[in-house]
Amino acid sequence: MELRLEKLTKVFTNKNGQETRAVDNLDITIESGTLVALLGPSGCGKSTTLFMIAGLVKPTGGKIFFGEDDVTKLAPEKRGIGLVFQNYALYPHMTVFKNILFPLENLDVPRDEAFARVKEMANLVGIGELLDRKPSQLSGGQQQRVAIARALVKKPRVLLLDEPLSNLDARLRLQMREEIKRIQRETGITTIFVTHDQEEAMSISDKMVVLDFGKEQQYAAPQSMYNQPGNLFVAKFLGNPPINAFEAEVKNKKLIINEKPFMTLNVPDGLYDVGMRPENFRVADDGFKTEIKDIFHIGRDTMIHFEFNGNNVRALVDSDTMKVNQKSVSLTIKPERVYIFDKQTGKVVNHG
Amino acid sequence: MGNFIKNAKEFLIKIGNAIKNFFWNIRRYINKFKRKISDFLDKKKINPAGKFPGWAKALVYLSPALIVLGIFTFWPIINSFALVVYENYNMTSDSITGYTIFGNFIKVLTDESFIVPASHTASSAVINTLIIVFISVPISIFLALGISVALNSIKPLKGFFQTVYFLPYVTNTIAIGLVFAYMFKTQGGLVNQFISFFGIDASELSWVETNAVYWRSMFVLIFYSVWSSLAFKIMVFLTSIQGIDKQYYQAASIDATPKGRIFSKITVPLISPMIFYITVTSVIGAFKIYNAIVALFGVQGTPPGANYNLQSIVMYIYQFIDGSKEGQLSVAAAGSLILFAIILVLTIVQMQVSKKRVHY
Repeated sequence: MELRLEKLTKVFTNKNGQETRAVDNLDITIESGTLVALLGPSGCGKSTTLFMIAGLVKPTGGKIFFGEDDVTKLAPEKRGIGLVFQNYALYPHMTVFKNILFPLENLDVPRDEAFARVKEMANLVGIGELLDRKPSQLSGGQQQRVAIARALVKKPRVLLLDEPLSNLDARLRLQMREEIKRIQRETGITTIFVTHDQEEAMSISDKMVVLDFGKEQQYAAPQSMYNQPGNLFVAKFLGNPPINAFEAEVKNKKLIINEKPFMTLNVPDGLYDVGMRPENFRVADDGFKTEIKDIFHIGRDTMIHFEFNGNNVRALVDSDTMKVNQKSVSLTIKPERVYIFDKQTGKVVNHG
Repeated sequence: MGNFIKNAKEFLIKIGNAIKNFFWNIRRYINKFKRKISDFLDKKKINPAGKFPGWAKALVYLSPALIVLGIFTFWPIINSFALVVYENYNMTSDSITGYTIFGNFIKVLTDESFIVPASHTASSAVINTLIIVFISVPISIFLALGISVALNSIKPLKGFFQTVYFLPYVTNTIAIGLVFAYMFKTQGGLVNQFISFFGIDASELSWVETNAVYWRSMFVLIFYSVWSSLAFKIMVFLTSIQGIDKQYYQAASIDATPKGRIFSKITVPLISPMIFYITVTSVIGAFKIYNAIVALFGVQGTPPGANYNLQSIVMYIYQFIDGSKEGQLSVAAAGSLILFAIILVLTIVQMQVSKKRVHY
């Protein structure tokens, strides 16, 4: 089922009458059967957006559509959603079986069918043998699976996950990431996934929305967002190590770095923010020469620190191309991997 | 003017800083002094801190409470076990005629007003107490649960309502009892006026005075003990309900759970340890009921001219110490041990039942 947000807005007012626009005019259409990640730094309004879709938070303005139904004013229980909370919210006094059964007890489901559905769902998420245990007897990953089973057992129209992996350790997170992807693919349910972890969002989602201060920054497939960031914020937010961003002037269609022309750019002259990802640099003899300030050999890769226009810049290059304690280096970067951003708006400027 | 306010503010900040500095320095000197003492003791190798184990230190800190408890609680308990085996113990001459094992217990159990009501009365201490325990405790727990859930769900004037429901707890029991006795007066009492408002003749309806029948005085007593014990229960339930993670309720609301099911399947199980605690303590408290009856019906526990008695077990025991059967301490001790046994058995039963129902 398609999910559509139209000018969705949430304004919080504190005791002093100060307004915070947690979510600001969000216009997003999520296609049926896709897994979309809401990504952003903490406080960007991603969880508020999710809770508004769930109906737990009332929007200040705008509309939410499930398919053709306007659900903006609908109570949470009438929306047909499954929600997985950040700390799972499993009922501690009920067994796993009863936890998963709980949503069905309130629906018009025959008892036999309800039991069968619980078993089927438990097997789907891989906890079929743990039905008699209490949540406190389960590991974090198992609790996570129970929470997903409980959200899915009533066959919701939309599955919402609120930072579902943040309470798990690194290895389990990797495993559960793949599990969630698999469960989503097997059930074909439209899923929205909130996270602040860009790697998690990129690896799991079909498309992702990057939010900052409640505003949509970009809505695209992960890889295309990484390769073609829409603005400086998205460019800075995606990628680890983070993108190098510095100020540089374009004179006579030449990008000037360290008072030398770096490359030819097809943009009007002026001051720009320039972004270059560390991993896009290559060592080449015919490249741009620069002094190395610091060098770190990390196995397969080598991290070089140098100065571009007075800013510390990092490059991550193949260790085979570098010598230990090398003093200077000659670097190249593909023109399409150099991002130019407007100084005022922060939007990307096409220079191709 | 603005300048003056600014200067005054700076002056106040200075004073504040001076005071804080003063206390800071006092603490510094105390610490220095402590270090010196400890260094000195170390040098002389008589520092007690290293020589005594942790439990000895703990015992020193616990001793004030232990001494008071020992004198006023443990020693009397031990003594009552001793008293029970004395035959015809005389308090004034401190003499006994011999020893007995069950004699005093038999005296209590066969007494005309302890278990079985005698021919000239219509009630006994045990029956009265059991009625109070098994009616007032469940009623007050259910009421307190309902009220605390209601209090938790109202938003405006929350603090006001919580205070209103907590007021009985800080009010004197005897004072409340007198107010209740006044409310239930035959002539001009609030309750009778209320009843006659519905066109029922209440001019002869006696609750706590002459001609009051047993169930009517008992009703007033239960009403009173429920009401006076509500406040504490509500406070305990309310705080534990407020401690429940909101996400459980959000999850339940997404699953379209009706209000009643949320209450019985989520709220009650999650605060079940508190419900259990309140049940155990209220049962014990209700078995020890004393001042409520005194406040309503006087030290005899009998409405004027009544052929029954509203005595509780504690009142029954007390009459051997200071009352109609004064001086028979051994019998009183036997009575208290019986009360102790009843409470112990009931508490063990509750703990066994709770193993399945209470979720920690």
